[in-house]
Amino acid sequence: MIAFVLQRLAQAVVVMLAVALVAFSLFRYVGDPVINMVGQDTPEEERIRIREQLALDQPVVVQYFRFVQQIVSGNFGTSLRTGIPIGQLMAERLPATLELAIVAGIFALAVGLPMGVYTGLYPRSRLSNAFLTLSLLGVSLPTFLIGIMLILFFSVMLGLLPSFGRGDVVHLGPWSTGLLSASGLQSLIMPAITLGMFQLALIMRLVRAEMLEVLRTDYIKFARARGLTNRAVNFGHALKNTLIPVITIVGLQLGALIAFSIITESVFQWPGMGLLFLQAVQFADIPVMAIYLVLIGFLFVLINLIVDLLYYVVDPRLRVDVRAGRGG
Amino acid sequence: MTDRPNAPLLEVRSLRVEFETRRGPLVAIDDVSFSIAPGEVLGVVGESGAGKSLTGTAIIGLLEPPGRITAGEILLAGRRIDNLPYEAMRRIRGREVGAIFQDPLTSLNPLYRVSDQLIETIRTHLPMNEKEARARALQLLQEVGIPGAAERLDHYPHQFSGGMRQRVVIALALAAEPKLIIADEPTTALDVSIQAQIITLLKRLCREHGTAVMLITHDMGVIAETADRVAVMYAGRIAEIGPVRKVVQEPHHPYTVGLMGAIPNLGHDVAALTQIEGSMPRLNAIPPGCAFNPRCPKVFDRCRVDRPDPMPVGGSDVACWLYGEGR
Repeated sequence: MIAFVLQRLAQAVVVMLAVALVAFSLFRYVGDPVINMVGQDTPEEERIRIREQLALDQPVVVQYFRFVQQIVSGNFGTSLRTGIPIGQLMAERLPATLELAIVAGIFALAVGLPMGVYTGLYPRSRLSNAFLTLSLLGVSLPTFLIGIMLILFFSVMLGLLPSFGRGDVVHLGPWSTGLLSASGLQSLIMPAITLGMFQLALIMRLVRAEMLEVLRTDYIKFARARGLTNRAVNFGHALKNTLIPVITIVGLQLGALIAFSIITESVFQWPGMGLLFLQAVQFADIPVMAIYLVLIGFLFVLINLIVDLLYYVVDPRLRVDVRAGRGG
Repeated sequence: MTDRPNAPLLEVRSLRVEFETRRGPLVAIDDVSFSIAPGEVLGVVGESGAGKSLTGTAIIGLLEPPGRITAGEILLAGRRIDNLPYEAMRRIRGREVGAIFQDPLTSLNPLYRVSDQLIETIRTHLPMNEKEARARALQLLQEVGIPGAAERLDHYPHQFSGGMRQRVVIALALAAEPKLIIADEPTTALDVSIQAQIITLLKRLCREHGTAVMLITHDMGVIAETADRVAVMYAGRIAEIGPVRKVVQEPHHPYTVGLMGAIPNLGHDVAALTQIEGSMPRLNAIPPGCAFNPRCPKVFDRCRVDRPDPMPVGGSDVACWLYGEGR
């Protein structure tokens, strides 16, 4: 178990170094930062001084490791556009994006899982067919279209929900949350549904396919032959066996929710990291883009690590294999 | 109905199972009747697709759609069970009729400890608390001969070998002391050396508990060793049924004769094992008359027209016109 965690951590470090390299190369290939920083009439000695001060005269490898070192020590640099330290900028935006992604994920799971179980148990029922048709829409409709239609219907026509923004936020130390105010919750509904719709359809179809598969297995037949109740068979024996692939997908999709909330955030003008990134792209704010990239990479790696550990909780076969030193 | 001492435990009367398909119904089991007395071991043999397993599945009420019972009845201790609602039948499964399936490697849920699966089964049927059920689970594991049962109780299925898993499966089937066990090819997936152990174990346990067994297999050796009576199935029908000694030593139905001739015998020098020409008909192409007639060496005109019902011949019941009147 410990060997496994260490191994995964080592892999995570390698992945993060690679992500940092890509982020770093943004600086190298999107123009000379010194030119961006100084005026046209800055004398050459001044430019050289700045270049030395920023260590831009050092070999690329050294610069890369300085970049990594700075990130690791929590110094993310300064936004070129606003002049605000990027760490502060991210800290303001991160709660909004995380709340949106997690609520969207919970929504997708809480609705998608039961729908998937139902369609797996009763594949021929009408309700199942209706769910499947809906899920097809969920998978195929583009996110922005769902968002705009929701705004049109619930904000413009019915006037029930706010069409943009985050509503009132409550500050809990460094964390700003929209979950504690009525307007914050109202504002969250449509973006979360928009962002979670695709995942919902995905989870439902995945759970359904897995349920159909598991229900055909011998151990389900044997469980029925032992006279266990339907509830015990369907939810105890069958559902638990479908969970491993579901955990994988949900974990990966949570990373995707955070990374690809850009579109949803832009449709609903949600003040999260995705919107920050879009604004950074428009202004060629390279440090912000680079740090965004690193941060998203970090979240992905972190979530994957947690997913790997969850396998151990669910599947006893993995636990024993490692203990016996068989592994692999 | 009352429980007479000699009343059969299980009685299957004119059972017919059909599969609804787009091209009309396929008859998989046709007019099958037999009975099992309390404590008796009935062997059911036949080729793959003869309807052996399906008969067992029909008895425990787990036919999967589109398969369904379209005629006949199944009685357990005089009570009709083929038309019970799902919940009533669920209470009978495991409690009164247990089942063991072919592959012990896949019969146990990989995510639950053996103790969890045993305790769950015991508590579903018997009024026991967790602690009592656990004690019974341990006792069952000891009874099926798992060494170090106390320690093995909390292991997961993948920590057991194939033979040990089949022992666990048997413990699970016996957990609520059913009166009848349907054992569907319980040894086919196991090593030959383990097969004998499992069969001996099953036989001993059922004798001790007075449990009747419907032993489905295509291994005549297992039947000869274990069963009291044997039913030979062919194309969804019973060809011959009788005491095991009779059927093995003096088979009457040409199909049974062929089956016995195909078993190698170490005691005698035989130039070549006999083999039955051709193969069993598909369900959608069962010939009129006797289903065996295209392969039968002794076929005559009547076999191609009339279907024979089982008739008593020397202690057995044989469905063959060779023994019919008017011959």
